[in-house]
Amino acid sequence: MSESLLDIKDLDVRFSTSEGETRAIRGVSMTLNPREVLGIVGESGSGKSVTALAVMGLLAKNAKITGSIHLGERELLGLKDRQMSSIRGLKIAMIFQDPLTSLNPVYSVGWQVEEAIAAHQDLSNEQCRAEAIRLLDLVGIPRAEDRVDDYPHEFSGGMRQRVVIAIAMANNPQIILADEPTTALDVTVQAQVLEALQVAINESHASLVLITHDLGVVAGLASRVIVMYAGRIVEIGTADEVFYSPAMPYTHGLLGSIPRVDDDGGARLRQIPGSPPSMIGTQPGCPFAPRCPLRQDVCLTEEPELRAVSSTTGSEPHQAACHFAVDVVSMPVASMFPDTSDDHEELPE
Amino acid sequence: MTNLPFEVPTTSANKGDTDGMDFEARGQWAMVLHRFLHNGQAMTGLLAFTLMLLVSGVYTALHPNQFSHLSTDFNQGPSAAHLFGTNGIGIDMLAQILKGILQDLQVAVLVAVMSVVIGTLVGAFAGYYGGKIDNLLMRFVDLVLVIPVLVVLIMLAHIVAQQADNWFYLAIIIGALSWTYIARLVRAEFLSLRERDFVEASRALGASDWRIISRHMIPNAIGPIIVNATITVAGAIVLEATLSYLGLGIQPPAVSLGLLIEQGQSAATTEYWLFVYPAAFLLALIISVFFIGDGLRAALDPRKNRVRS
Repeated sequence: MSESLLDIKDLDVRFSTSEGETRAIRGVSMTLNPREVLGIVGESGSGKSVTALAVMGLLAKNAKITGSIHLGERELLGLKDRQMSSIRGLKIAMIFQDPLTSLNPVYSVGWQVEEAIAAHQDLSNEQCRAEAIRLLDLVGIPRAEDRVDDYPHEFSGGMRQRVVIAIAMANNPQIILADEPTTALDVTVQAQVLEALQVAINESHASLVLITHDLGVVAGLASRVIVMYAGRIVEIGTADEVFYSPAMPYTHGLLGSIPRVDDDGGARLRQIPGSPPSMIGTQPGCPFAPRCPLRQDVCLTEEPELRAVSSTTGSEPHQAACHFAVDVVSMPVASMFPDTSDDHEELPE
Repeated sequence: MTNLPFEVPTTSANKGDTDGMDFEARGQWAMVLHRFLHNGQAMTGLLAFTLMLLVSGVYTALHPNQFSHLSTDFNQGPSAAHLFGTNGIGIDMLAQILKGILQDLQVAVLVAVMSVVIGTLVGAFAGYYGGKIDNLLMRFVDLVLVIPVLVVLIMLAHIVAQQADNWFYLAIIIGALSWTYIARLVRAEFLSLRERDFVEASRALGASDWRIISRHMIPNAIGPIIVNATITVAGAIVLEATLSYLGLGIQPPAVSLGLLIEQGQSAATTEYWLFVYPAAFLLALIISVFFIGDGLRAALDPRKNRVRS
């Protein structure tokens, strides 16, 4: 394999809770190539954020982590907090979900961008300030030099997230982890924020890991997509493969539950019945089996491995964790899920 | 209410941005100041406090030895020459009271500074690190909390009372025992603050623990700290008065309000000015500090924001 930027192997994260051990991540392996946009999708609790936090070394103290996370040549797991601090922000930056709370309310945005710069670079105050203004301007804050001394509450949600993006790119990191960067925002400003993200990765030549449950966001930016379910990777492939020929019923379900512009009208959204499994303890079989319309007996007893579905031109084959992946891949998107017409009122055309 | 209780600031009108309102374009501290200045009770307290501080400061600076100056006007009632009368050895009561106010504040401020520094640090470390460190520090707080200040001072009285500058030792002892409230308060604030995203965001930026504590979390907890520092000032004045009254606090020839009350109480019915004026000033001092503290609490509490009512 060509030199990958980030190489995660057999990552396992468990949390000991009062109700027992929660397996948040189960044997996740993935690679991130230089200057790549990797989308990680999945519903809440599928382990997307935990994966990102594990990379940053920001998991809670009760987390037990095994496996390996290599940044270039360096193993990140087991690094001391102090060593990790020199990587955080400098090599890997993170963008959090909620810009309303990820900025400190008592400091001006300029101060916070400057702090990020000063944390890893040896610049004078004036240089820091000039750089902060440049970054804010770059991510699309209008009249950045006037707004630099304003406080977070004087910015709109979208602008605040752009400030957060400016902070993330402050030290030209190799990797930017964006954990649901648009979830807390209005649909109308999501596009602006994604644009700012695009600027950020172009400017800093970083790879972007885009964690979201919004498939539309992923489709717009990502070149490769990972689908996670119940702490595992259930499908991995290029954006085209995952979106046009999904090989896992769960991916079908996700795609079926978003409205499409190219529908010939009248088609219903299809929903995935049930809810994600409890992560406490282990159940045999495929974790998606209880909700899967294609469930067979084997699904309830044997957990499918991540297997190649087809060989592709890329370095990595399209893979899915389903006993029937080869059949599923040829089915029309979401066709196996029942129509939900009877659950909803008729919408006006 | 339709009329807004404040004017839309004109200075920030030019700061209006294209996609936001400039209505909120005043800093957090400007809001706090605004709320404080429009709190009648707090302003009364501040006015009374400032007046007492100014008058006693200026007077004591102009007549540094007046409080111990003996005259031949023994036991005189209030008059034009001696506004608050004189005591049995001819010392002007006004001079003593003003000196006493300064002395009380000196003790109280030192106590408050000590309480804030120790309490904030202990509370911050306990709240930020949690777990064993939290447990250890908080049990230590519990231990300090159960030590009665009076008993300690009675035990140490023969040492403390004989020092030349004994107000200083007195303040150190009170301060060393009264930081626990702020510690518990700061810990509670930190427990909630450390779960906030901006703390994790600064960790994600590579900030050290100390930097997160000192630059990100303490500024966010500053409101309760300020309020409790004020309350500590009031509490320390009360405590000093109590101790001086019991003869364990400030010792003559230095004066404090508590000491004056103690000296004057036996004459309360015959030479009322020896007792009533120091007591009245002690009361006024404590109440004014409490009013300021209460006003600060209201001003710093965002839920008390009545701007839109």
